[in-house]
Amino acid sequence: MATVPESYYTALSAILFCFGVVGVVIRRNPLVIFMSIELMLNAANLALVAFGHRLGNADGQSLVFFVMAVAAAEVAVGLAIIVVIFRARARLSVDDLSLMRW
Amino acid sequence: MSYLAFFVIAAVAVGSALGLLLKKNPIHGALFLVVNLGSVAALYLMLGAEFLAAAQVIVYAGAIMVLFVFAIMVLIPGKEETGEDPRRPYRLLGLPVGAALFLELIVIVSRHLPASGGPPVAGSADTIGRILFTQYLFPFELTSVLLLAAMVGVLLLARRRA
Repeated sequence: MATVPESYYTALSAILFCFGVVGVVIRRNPLVIFMSIELMLNAANLALVAFGHRLGNADGQSLVFFVMAVAAAEVAVGLAIIVVIFRARARLSVDDLSLMRW
Repeated sequence: MSYLAFFVIAAVAVGSALGLLLKKNPIHGALFLVVNLGSVAALYLMLGAEFLAAAQVIVYAGAIMVLFVFAIMVLIPGKEETGEDPRRPYRLLGLPVGAALFLELIVIVSRHLPASGGPPVAGSADTIGRILFTQYLFPFELTSVLLLAAMVGVLLLARRRA
């Protein structure tokens, strides 16, 4: 069974990462922006695993494990901040956040 | 055979990422993201990273996305992004920026793809656990401190001020 070369995985990872970047720029909803950030993290993880596969060691995979843990912490804190900011607001749009106070 | 599997999974991943970008309703976006994370887990399996595939499904598609859906349910009622975007022309500049970044990434990675360093190792829980508890023991312990700090921070943020 012929295996798919790692460059295909890195190309897919580049595509997903760019979708994440575009999502952060063109969407207004802070929750969707946050999900796009998750998409980027995930694309980076895929690239790490692909490179680890190519280099023939498990370091890339253990790094992905740390990225997952950091992503979990980041999501918890980020969502708490978003909920606190927008609990008192009428609209859910990042354009309303011109001041860092509420 | 594995090419066919790769292209099918890659199409699912790209399509679900597009769905996240284009759908107005954030709940639909969250569900698309779950599909995307699942397909990336399948790619991890194809790369021999079984432990990460399981962790991806449990941590990302399970815990993190549940948190997202929860936050969307708390925030959304009556607050969707509606109406015409006043800054639409500026936002659409993101498309050429994304395309330029993609070309850049492809050029750089295709030029500097590292030479193959031997046969790939299987990322079973055994291998990953061994390397985490020997070579990466200190970062591993730091991760627990980070998670504790995040937990305390979230508690502080979520508390209603008197």
